[in-house]
Amino acid sequence: MLSKKEKKLIKEIWERLTPVAEDIGSDALLRMFASYPGTKTYFSHLDISPGSAHLYSHGKKIVLAIAEGAKDISQLTVTLAPLQTLHAYQLRIDPTNFKLLSHCMLVTLACYLGEEFTPVAHAAIDKYLSAFAAVLSEKYR
Amino acid sequence: MVKWTDFERATIQDIFSKIDYGVIGPAALSRCLIVYPWTQRYFGGFGNLYNAAAITSNPKVAAHGKVVIAGLEKAVKNMDDIKTIYKDLSVLHSEKLQVDPDNFNLLADCLTIVVAGQMGAAFTPEVHAAFQKFLAVVVASLRKQYY
Repeated sequence: MLSKKEKKLIKEIWERLTPVAEDIGSDALLRMFASYPGTKTYFSHLDISPGSAHLYSHGKKIVLAIAEGAKDISQLTVTLAPLQTLHAYQLRIDPTNFKLLSHCMLVTLACYLGEEFTPVAHAAIDKYLSAFAAVLSEKYR
Repeated sequence: MVKWTDFERATIQDIFSKIDYGVIGPAALSRCLIVYPWTQRYFGGFGNLYNAAAITSNPKVAAHGKVVIAGLEKAVKNMDDIKTIYKDLSVLHSEKLQVDPDNFNLLADCLTIVVAGQMGAAFTPEVHAAFQKFLAVVVASLRKQYY
């Protein structure tokens, strides 16, 4: 459950992160690959070494999608419809991995935002990312 | 037995030598109570946990945060046999405190985020992975005596 205040906070934070989407996204992915090596199995078709162009462009895609959803959280199912289809029928990433990436995203934000990543902001974004992941896996079955 | 690489050992010792226990412990525990409010069920006697501000300024939470991090220090000093060192702590959490062990992961995640916030860019993906491995061993050791 997200309050109005939280939705506003989430929207603002992801707006600020949009210009550095590449850095945030690639950092979160790298953390996930380092802490949870099993996640690398989904990327055998890409070069995911630190600094690679693939890593930046893929990280950017993910962060921009999260930021887009944050603009109007009440419309998440509409905004994510194409991505839902992609994940359900083509990518078929096991949904437990969404939690792993979400956690690493939070760590990236903690490193990047420092003190600004207050417990309240952390709680709001954690809830948002959970909702995002849930919507993303809606078409799986 | 857990195998630690030289890098992992050095990283864990380094992190724990640099952090301020009096700050990190309370910050991690209060963050856990705020971000995962259901964990408050174990802290009925702690007084006002009504909102984030109350939790952050609650002296009992702060004091307990320090207790928790002091417990972690034991693991840092005995990385090669955390399981044995934590036997009594595990029994305590299972028999007396009756804490659902899934909560250990929640606190571990909050601790990771607090340390990340402190260290900034120095909390690289490799350092991060080492820290999470350490906490995973700690959590597994705490779960060991549950039955």
